[in-house]
Amino acid sequence: MYVYDEFDRTLVAERVAEFRGQVARRISGELTEDEFKPLRLMNGVYLQLHAYMLRIAIPYGTLSSAQLRMLAHVGRAYDRGYGHFTTRQNIQFHWIKLKDLPDLMADLARAGLHGMQTSGNCVRNITTDQWAGVASGEIEDPRISAEILRQHSTLHPEFSFLPRKFKIALTASAHDRAAVRVHDIGLHMHRNDAGEIGFEVIVGGGLGRTPFIGKTIKRFLPKRDLLSYVEAILRVYNQFGRRDNIYKARIKILVHELGAEAFAKEVEAEWQTIKDGALALDPALIAEIAARFRYPDYETLEDSPPQLAQARAADRRFSQWVDNSVSNHKLPGYSIVTLSLKPEGGTPGDATSEQMDVIADLADRYSFGEIRVGHEQNLVLPHVAQRDLAALWRALDAAGVATPNVGLVSDIISCPGLDYCSLANTRSIPVAQELTRRFRDLDLAHDLGRLHINISGCINACGHHHVGHIGLLGVEKNGEEFFQVTIGGRADEGARLGTLIGPAVPYAEVADVVEDIVSAYLELRARPDEIFLETVERVGVEPFKERVYATR
Amino acid sequence: MTSPLEKKLKIAGPVLITANRLGDGAVIYRTADHGWTTDFARAAVVTTAPAASELLEAAIADDIGAVGAYVAPVKLDKDGGVRPGNLRESIRLAGPTIELPASAGMPVSAGL
Repeated sequence: MYVYDEFDRTLVAERVAEFRGQVARRISGELTEDEFKPLRLMNGVYLQLHAYMLRIAIPYGTLSSAQLRMLAHVGRAYDRGYGHFTTRQNIQFHWIKLKDLPDLMADLARAGLHGMQTSGNCVRNITTDQWAGVASGEIEDPRISAEILRQHSTLHPEFSFLPRKFKIALTASAHDRAAVRVHDIGLHMHRNDAGEIGFEVIVGGGLGRTPFIGKTIKRFLPKRDLLSYVEAILRVYNQFGRRDNIYKARIKILVHELGAEAFAKEVEAEWQTIKDGALALDPALIAEIAARFRYPDYETLEDSPPQLAQARAADRRFSQWVDNSVSNHKLPGYSIVTLSLKPEGGTPGDATSEQMDVIADLADRYSFGEIRVGHEQNLVLPHVAQRDLAALWRALDAAGVATPNVGLVSDIISCPGLDYCSLANTRSIPVAQELTRRFRDLDLAHDLGRLHINISGCINACGHHHVGHIGLLGVEKNGEEFFQVTIGGRADEGARLGTLIGPAVPYAEVADVVEDIVSAYLELRARPDEIFLETVERVGVEPFKERVYATR
Repeated sequence: MTSPLEKKLKIAGPVLITANRLGDGAVIYRTADHGWTTDFARAAVVTTAPAASELLEAAIADDIGAVGAYVAPVKLDKDGGVRPGNLRESIRLAGPTIELPASAGMPVSAGL
C-alpha cells in the first residue's frame, strides 16, 4: 500500500472544504448550473438519467481494506447499497444526491479517497496492472512510476484544461493486463540491452468514436526522464490538439493527423528544452516514493502446501476455482486471487456494500489488508498464502464473488448503458446478464477457454467493445436498440481492433448471435487449446459472418 | 454555440418538458402551472412548437429548481393516457430495466 503524506491529506481536505462551499452556493442560486458544472466535474460528479453519479478514483487500482469499507459505507449511507467498479479502476455510485455530496466527500477524505481526476479535460486517474508488485516476472512495481505521475498531474494548472480528457496507463510485465496500447499514453516498462530499466512510450491509442491502437514514439525512455517526456507530450498536445471539435480533440486524432513520426519530432524538440531541468527524476526522489509503498511482511513459505492438495482433492468446485481464479505470485507459497464480479445474471462490476465489507474483512485476514481493482471489473486479493486458499474460497463463495469464470466467456466487460447513463443509446447490462445465463455451464465455458466479450451501450466505448474478442456496440435505429458485432479485437500487448462482421442485429437477437459465433468457433478451432482469438486470426471473419447472417 | 432557446424548436408530436431536480437529481416534469412534479401524469403535454418553446423557456429560466431541461416525446393512448415516447424516457420514469444488486426500493420496470 502507498501511504499518503501530510501534503496529500491537506490537499484532499482543502478540496472537500472548497466543494462544500461550491455546493452551498449552487443550491442557494449564487452559482448557475453553467458555472457549477465544470466545478462538480472536477470532483467526479456527473448528472445521469436518475440522479447524480459520483466517480471515485482508485489510483493504480490499489485499495486498503479501510478504503473498501469506506466505499461500502458510501453505498449504504448515500446510495442504494452498491457500487459499480469501472473499466478504469474507478468506482461509481449512481444514486447520489447533490446535497449529500459535501458530507460524503468528507467521509471519503478520511480514508484518503476523492473524485479528483475522474472527470474533465485533465490527466485522469493513472491506471496500471492489477497485479502490480506481485506478478511473477515483473520488472519492478509500476505503481511507483504511476504515483510519480499522479503527484505531478494532480491539479497541475497547465494540464487542467487540456483539449480533452487524457488517460495514462502503465505496465511492467511482458503480458499487458492494463491495456496500455489503447490509452492516450501507454508506458510499457522493459529493460534495454544494457539491462537498464525504462519505458516504451506509446501515444495516441484510444477507443470511442474513432478507435486507434497507440503508436510507439520512443522505444526506450530511461526512468529518470519519465516526467519530462510525459510533460513534453502533454505540452505538444496542449498546443496543437484541436479545441474546435470535441470529436477530434483527443490526442489520438492529433497523432493520426500529424503522423506518429512528426508528432514524435515535436515531442523531442520540446523535451530537449526540459529534460535536464527540474523534472529529471532524482534517484533519491524515486526511492523516497518507493519507500512509501509498504509491502507485506511475508512469511517464508513453500509452494503447493499439502493442505491445498488435500482440499483440491476433496472438492471439485474448489479445485476448479483454483485453476481459474488463482495465479502465481512472485513469492513461493503465495497466490494472487481474482474475485469475479460477474455472477450469473449479475451486473458486471457491481458489488454490494455487504460484499465490500466481507471482502475488506477477508483482505485483512488473508491478504495483508490489500485489494486491487482491475480494468476487467473484477477485484483481486494480491497476497494470499496458498495454505489459506480453501478457507478464503469458502468465504468468497458464500459472498457470491467466487464464480470460476475469470477470463472466460461470462467474464464480460460492460458499461452501465442506458439503464443509468445519459450518453448511452442502448442498454448493455441486460445483454451481459442474458449472456451469463446462456453460458452458465462452467464446463462449457472452460472448454471454450479464454474468450472476452466486451459491451458498450454507445460509441463512447466505455465497455471497450473494439478490443473485445467479441465486441458488442449498441446503436439506436428508429427508436429501436441494435448491436454491431465485431470479432478479433484484443487489448493486451498484441492489441488490435476487432473487425465488424456485418449489419447490426436487433437487441433481442444479440445473445443468439453470440451463441452462433461461439458454436462456429467450436467447429472451426484446429485443436481444443486454440483459443477463439487464434481461430479468428487463422480463418478470418468470413466463416463467422456466414454463420451469423446465413439464416438472418 | 447556439443556446437551446435560440434554436428553432421542431417537434413531431406531443411532448413534455423534463429535467433533473437540483438537490437530488430526481427526474422531474414541468407542469402547466409553471412548477415541477415527479408525477409523470401531472406533466404538461403540448403538441405545438410554440407551446413547447414557451414551456421550455420558463423551465430553463428556473435554474435553481431544475438542471438540464429539455423537450421529450410522449405517446398518447387511445384512452387519453400518456406514456414516455422512447426507451430513454421510459427508463428515466420507471428506473433501470434490471434488478438492482441490493434492495434499493426502486421499481423495476416491466415489459421494456
